[in-house]
Amino acid sequence: MNRRWIDLISRAFTALTGLACATLVLAVAMILGHVAYHGWAGLSWKFLTTAPRNGMTEGGIFPAIFGTVFLVVLMTVAVVPLGVSTAIYLREYAHADSRWVQAVRMAIQNLAGVPAIVFGLFGLGFFIEFVGKGIDAAFFGGKLYFGQPAILWAALTLALLTLPTVVVSTEEALRVVPRGHREVAYSLGATRWQMVRRVVLPQAVDGILTGTILAVSRGVGEVAPILFTGAAFYLPFLPTRLNQQFMVMNYHVYVLATQSPDIDATLPLLYSTVLVLLLLTLTLNSAAIVIRSRLRRRMKGSK
Amino acid sequence: MSRRPASERLIETFIRLSAGVAIAALVMIFIFIGKEALPVLTSPKVREEAGLSKLFLPQPPAAGKPARFSWQPVSKVPKYSLLPLFVGTIKVTLVSLLFALPLALGAALFTSEFAAAWLKEIVKPVIELLAAIPSVVLGFLALIVTASYVQNVFGLDFRLNTLNAGMALALAVIPVVYTVAEDALSSVPNSFREGSIALGATSWQTAWRVVLPAAFPGIFAACVLGFGRAIGETMIVLMASGNAAVLSWNAGHPFRSLSATVAAELGEVVKGSPHYHVLFFIGVMLFIFTFLTNFAGQMFVTRLKEKLTGAR
Amino acid sequence: MPVPTEDVFRIEDLRIRAGKKELLKGISLSLRRNEILSAIGPSGSGKTTFLRCLNRLTDLEEGLTIEGRVLFKGKNIFDPETDAIELRRKVGMVFAVPMPLPMSIRDNLMLPLRLQSNSLEEDADGRIETCLRAAFLWDEVKDRLSLAATSLSGGQQQRLCLARSLMVRPDVLLLDEPCSGLDPISTAKIEEALQGLKKVMSVVLVTNNVKQASRTSDRTAFLLMGELVELGETGQIFTNPRDSRTGDYVSGRFG
Repeated sequence: MNRRWIDLISRAFTALTGLACATLVLAVAMILGHVAYHGWAGLSWKFLTTAPRNGMTEGGIFPAIFGTVFLVVLMTVAVVPLGVSTAIYLREYAHADSRWVQAVRMAIQNLAGVPAIVFGLFGLGFFIEFVGKGIDAAFFGGKLYFGQPAILWAALTLALLTLPTVVVSTEEALRVVPRGHREVAYSLGATRWQMVRRVVLPQAVDGILTGTILAVSRGVGEVAPILFTGAAFYLPFLPTRLNQQFMVMNYHVYVLATQSPDIDATLPLLYSTVLVLLLLTLTLNSAAIVIRSRLRRRMKGSK
Repeated sequence: MSRRPASERLIETFIRLSAGVAIAALVMIFIFIGKEALPVLTSPKVREEAGLSKLFLPQPPAAGKPARFSWQPVSKVPKYSLLPLFVGTIKVTLVSLLFALPLALGAALFTSEFAAAWLKEIVKPVIELLAAIPSVVLGFLALIVTASYVQNVFGLDFRLNTLNAGMALALAVIPVVYTVAEDALSSVPNSFREGSIALGATSWQTAWRVVLPAAFPGIFAACVLGFGRAIGETMIVLMASGNAAVLSWNAGHPFRSLSATVAAELGEVVKGSPHYHVLFFIGVMLFIFTFLTNFAGQMFVTRLKEKLTGAR
Repeated sequence: MPVPTEDVFRIEDLRIRAGKKELLKGISLSLRRNEILSAIGPSGSGKTTFLRCLNRLTDLEEGLTIEGRVLFKGKNIFDPETDAIELRRKVGMVFAVPMPLPMSIRDNLMLPLRLQSNSLEEDADGRIETCLRAAFLWDEVKDRLSLAATSLSGGQQQRLCLARSLMVRPDVLLLDEPCSGLDPISTAKIEEALQGLKKVMSVVLVTNNVKQASRTSDRTAFLLMGELVELGETGQIFTNPRDSRTGDYVSGRFG
């Protein structure tokens, strides 16, 4: 085969990979464009601040926004301390290559691969049936109080689901902190925790933030884990207690798309809801990408 | 000896304990889902209706009729054959991988080997944004928007079919495959490439003969992890599959997957009924299956790292 | 001039191994009050390991076995009941690479005080000024203490690190090739600072620069491949070494 043919074929295959790339970029653009085009018109202050009306064929999505925010705030409160402290343990406390550390790392990676629906089953079987019913039996004389789907259980289920995200991002940030900084802290008489608290953590804020944002984005998006742990089809009131059910944007999309009595009437609302959901997750992820690239650049600089 | 305050010791205890949470979670998931699934094997009452033979072997729908595989858990005589669900799951997974693997691997190859630095800076985050799109949104698009197009273009009998759902599922699988594969390709040291270019190879030849073989374990891991993601994904399939538990390998037919079955039915079953336990049994299978794919994926990533650092 | 006699550190037959490799092969010496002791020797001679041993930074490295005794004010620092944290607050250290933490100049200096919250310095600002003056940095930074420490030049950063290690009034200061990457002016300022500091503490100066050792130290120890070849008054080491290897090294024939 002569040189010209080799060049030609090489170029053709290279172009094919470029085409794959372009297809994906185009797909992202088309999804965003399509949803924005159809959803933009229905987006208004009123849409964001009022409740659904008339069998959810009219009105806004305020309860779903409220529920989403409430849910991810609870989730964040649970997952960030846990994830950050797991990462601190792995990087700052444990012996680098001990069996235990390897086991923890493996568990985290595996946890990241467990399907969302399995987390949903776990939330039901563990948090509601075991913990919730247990609390009810112990403190409320068996009266149904915590042993039912609730925003607390949904948030904790999501916290487990997003734990790997926070751990991995935090660890990456801890890895960037130069060893010398730790030695300086020790040489000044810091205890291990003081070293972590005063020297390492302030430098890892970017990574922790990235992990938190990605976790929140994931929490905003996942439906399967909250299907049986607390998400409500429709609620006439806003949840104010931890043991209440809640409306949430992603489940609202599912409900409107699959169970609407009149899909044509619902469709504009549906598009607007999807647009809000997409804007939220994409903004979060873009922020995470920007912060992370800043972090990576610093990592290259410190090497 | 130490004058550390109690608060510090408390925090350190928390740190040490927290590391165990991931392991505990994994074990507890297995235990608590397994606990609810166990009656399928142990309870005589549940086994009578939904024992292993009922789940996996063909059953006659009525006395004297030929045995069939069917999933009809709420009919007068409940039937719990998992085979239609297995077939549905595998079918949609294969379709999705058919789209996802060439696109994701091609894109990974392009960004790591051929694209200019500035182009890579743009393209990579955009593809990673795909991971940010909630699966319920992809499911919605597949259900409302693309279904009719796909039906018309391919002349299919059903609006909600495996092809359409598989394409939407591919969008969820692509970021997983792309990220892992891109990582693997970029971890191949530049000296490999320079050696090949110096021998007069084109950049495509270099990518094909040098970089891809060197990164192979990582590429393979990407495929395995993508497979695991496809098997477990729920919302897209739930919304776009048509949810018909028919035993058919035809990509133009509707189907029902294991995960979607759990999502669709668990909300309405009576707790403690055979149906309830079978759904948890499906959960255990999904858990074990994705656990194995993850484990394999990690193993290949580790092997890649060993291979590349050993070769350096 | 009073003759310093009392020993701050007393090191007896110190041996350190990393796996099979012997880093220090039985070192015995004392550090007197108010002296500057410099340790010289080619790279790989074990000087840095020796230095890091004195405030137990060696704890951070895995796989080191340490034998022998290091007495600090009469107590073995490797005894189980010795608190390494307490020790390090008495034995300060300056590293080879300037290592300001990514925070303001003031926060860098406040850090050692904040680490000992139970003995909060009443006059922190006064202490900061004292230490910065001692490190000959005060005039250069007094108006911009809230600036990022990393915005200083390399020489200023190193003097900041010196000042930082002085904040908690250590008894001993360990310096690990503190001037290795610095300009001559900063080097001179650090050397001058050490002369002032030895009035209130003892200093161990590990250096690759033989001239620096001869300029600044009272006594000099010459290490070679983990052995203490010779220890004596600096003048004697440089003009009349007892061991021929010492002579070869200080006159620049190897190393």
